[in-house]
Amino acid sequence: MATTTITKTEKLVGKAMRRQEDPRLITGSATYVDDIQMPGMLHACILRSPHGAANIKSVDIAAALAHPGVAAVYVGKDTEKVGPVPCGASLPGLRVPHHYVLAIDRVYFIGHPVAVVVATDKYIARDAVDLIEVEYETLQAVTDPEKAIGPGAPPVHPEWPDNVAFNYHQEGGDVDTAFAQAEVVVKQRITSQRLIPSSMETRGVVADYNTGDKALTIWSSTQIPHLMRTLVAQMLGAPEHKVRVVTPEVGGGFGSKLNVYAEEALMGFVAMKLGQPVKWIESRRENCMCTIHGRGHVDYFEVAAKKDGTILGIKLKLIQDLGAYHQLLTPAIPTLSVLMMPGLYRCQNVRADIVGAFTNAVPTDAYRGAGRPEATHGIERMVDILAAELKMDPAEIRLKNFIHNDEFPYATGTGLSYDSGNYAAPLHKAMDLIDYHNLREEQRQARSQGRLMGIGLSTYGEICAFGPSPATPAGGWESATVKIEPSGMVTVMTGSSPHGQGEETTFAQITADELGVGIDDVIVLHGDTAIVQYGIGTFGSRGTAVGGTAVYFALQELKKKIKKYGAMLLESEEVSFSDGVCVDHKTGKSVTLAEIAGASHRAMKLPPGTQPGMVETYFWEPPNFAFPFGAHAVVTEVNRETGDIEIKRYVAVDDCGNIINPLIVAGQVHGGVVQGLGQALWEQAVYDDNGQLITGEFMDYAIPRASMIPWIETEHTVTPSPVNPLGVKGVGEAGTIGCSPAVVNSVVDALSTLGVRHIDMPMTPEKIWNLMEGARA
Amino acid sequence: MRIVQLTVNGVSHEVNVWPMARLMDVLREDIGLTGTKEGCGEGECGACAVLLDGELVNSCLIPVMQANGSKIVTIEGLSGSLQEAFLQTGGAQCGICTPGMIMAAHALLERIPKPMLDDIREGLAGNLCRCTGYQKIFDAVTLAAKSA
Repeated sequence: MATTTITKTEKLVGKAMRRQEDPRLITGSATYVDDIQMPGMLHACILRSPHGAANIKSVDIAAALAHPGVAAVYVGKDTEKVGPVPCGASLPGLRVPHHYVLAIDRVYFIGHPVAVVVATDKYIARDAVDLIEVEYETLQAVTDPEKAIGPGAPPVHPEWPDNVAFNYHQEGGDVDTAFAQAEVVVKQRITSQRLIPSSMETRGVVADYNTGDKALTIWSSTQIPHLMRTLVAQMLGAPEHKVRVVTPEVGGGFGSKLNVYAEEALMGFVAMKLGQPVKWIESRRENCMCTIHGRGHVDYFEVAAKKDGTILGIKLKLIQDLGAYHQLLTPAIPTLSVLMMPGLYRCQNVRADIVGAFTNAVPTDAYRGAGRPEATHGIERMVDILAAELKMDPAEIRLKNFIHNDEFPYATGTGLSYDSGNYAAPLHKAMDLIDYHNLREEQRQARSQGRLMGIGLSTYGEICAFGPSPATPAGGWESATVKIEPSGMVTVMTGSSPHGQGEETTFAQITADELGVGIDDVIVLHGDTAIVQYGIGTFGSRGTAVGGTAVYFALQELKKKIKKYGAMLLESEEVSFSDGVCVDHKTGKSVTLAEIAGASHRAMKLPPGTQPGMVETYFWEPPNFAFPFGAHAVVTEVNRETGDIEIKRYVAVDDCGNIINPLIVAGQVHGGVVQGLGQALWEQAVYDDNGQLITGEFMDYAIPRASMIPWIETEHTVTPSPVNPLGVKGVGEAGTIGCSPAVVNSVVDALSTLGVRHIDMPMTPEKIWNLMEGARA
Repeated sequence: MRIVQLTVNGVSHEVNVWPMARLMDVLREDIGLTGTKEGCGEGECGACAVLLDGELVNSCLIPVMQANGSKIVTIEGLSGSLQEAFLQTGGAQCGICTPGMIMAAHALLERIPKPMLDDIREGLAGNLCRCTGYQKIFDAVTLAAKSA
């Protein structure tokens, strides 16, 4: 796609603009946490549990302390008063274990932090970690969530021997009647395996304490600088106004950095104790072991329907593998699955029961899609299973059950209000693009030749633009400040904190259009709590839909002020403002934005009731979520001899509302789809029975490589959201959500002639080969 | 500690370092060129890729002594149509894999000036990217090959 060069008065929203942030990224001049060097900086390395469950009998740090270059060693009892690591989600009856930043007398998962060594360089710190002697009494671990809540499982937390953190029930409509009236009921156990988010930049923290000011600065690779400041200040008992969090360039997050971890508070603690700056950079193995995982669902679905394919009711029993603790949003994630369990279908009768299971594993939490991929995977598999049962075409059964265009806003049986939709449009478009009807004919021919060709569809919906504050744990609004400097140059400060999404470009596009300036006349700042007003962050596909909207509203306020100054300077009753110029249409006189900005700062004269300067701040509270949707279509062929799956075509038609920058949206869809492919085909975090993580590095945890992926054909339909004036819905997670069910549906379709009805992910060649062997036998 | 001589992007440096220090750390911390990134430290992701006497290597796996006297090119030493192509196509998102990706693409284009898509997939298979889904990176390499 060619990017566009734009003259000043052309509208930039909707254009494939090249990204403002890219020049520093392609030259290696961006600054990430690990690029920060400070005089006298110490380096920290953390000793972590090698056991899934064990009592700590003793910790001997003498040899480590005596090692040349070691400045300090801290163990659990030293940091007992720090913390706990916060859980922001609340559910009725939720059991919340006290999550110390360093384990005190027991470890609960592989990688659980036990001690921290601080030294003059990172090699010394790492060496000294090996000098710490810990005597463990190993205990039986449990890492399978179904086993954990079953009889005879070892307790993860001795105080709750049933390993149940919470039970959650939600119901809408009349499920029992729906199932009683059903002509067909299909049931299936469907898993969404544990995944390792694997941002290519691991986590990292630098902390510096100014002993004179008693002020702490933390540089952290995070999606939520302001929330981190509030929570870390609490953990350390430090006054919030004397804690500053700086988020430099962030090398990917995908939800894994939507969190406050032990290490942020721990580095703050070390910096305050020693009065010297300290750096901790997570190793890749630590990232696999200790940064949150995603998914971890075992779902038992039941769908009741009429013989004509009309869906009457849906039941779901959901077992969520929580891990050993709650991180920031851990228990809330499966509740999002429940909200989206009816998908795009007109089914009001829904019942869901969640059991949150403690296991001896790192906590699960938000990972790209966070609860919605699991829901979509479940309902989209179930619709295909129902279609197969009724011998209906998978497209036909979807079209039959879609919510109609005239029913929006649509109140779901799970309590949501879908904002806008035209669900058949992307499905028709995807089917046209992939040539669905001819493909079915091609499939018949392939089957007659003994080839295993499959065609898979998914039609997904998702909750984005998190969200109304009453439904979002720490507040769901977003903030923006727009300043016009005396020269007329524009500075935007967003509380949203992007990490690859290109908001420095999209927000500049919105700003440039509203003010009639060029994109290079705008700079977008974010991620420093000392510079930017309080904000929430970037997650849940909220960046543009909520953060961009805050920018839009700040600009509307600013335009009022611009017009007041314009009218004053033109000595006019009424002026218009567009394309960077205030005009009095009666006299034809005009004044430019730069002239107005200069006048507002010199303030020789002020419009009545107006302050000098040119700054407006807006905190936008969204009235609802936004609900993107789309259809993905996938053609696969399974190799009968090896079980290898070849993706022959991948078509993604997404409707994310209005598109600010097609270049960026395409990149989000590509990236999202490839993460979905990772889940569908290769990725799984595997623990053994002792709680040992088997997939602890990229040699064993198979994230997609360039050589492994198909060409992704992307298209869009556009159904603007009425929730915000930009009409945008969000696109960061769409690709991931739409992908995995389309791929699995395609492979199940390929193997349906062998009697295969469902396959759990990841669909590795070994698994497929065994399935085919089983079918032959 | 040992004195090691490296010519990096055409400039000669003598640094006093642990002989087994990782080349990546010496480039980043002793020479101050932080464009080379650590993604895994185990040679599996390619974020730390540099050219060592013309060969594409993962600098996290090279003890600095082994590079003594060699010529190294890092991301800071490149400029031209390849990087411009990444800008045009949107080949970067979070940017952490981008320097290594560009080094790998540079090495690929040196080897195969007009690569086919499968050459690009293969040529970049040692460099992990979690954001882009690779497609716009393929576009970037194709565009760079065209404009070269």
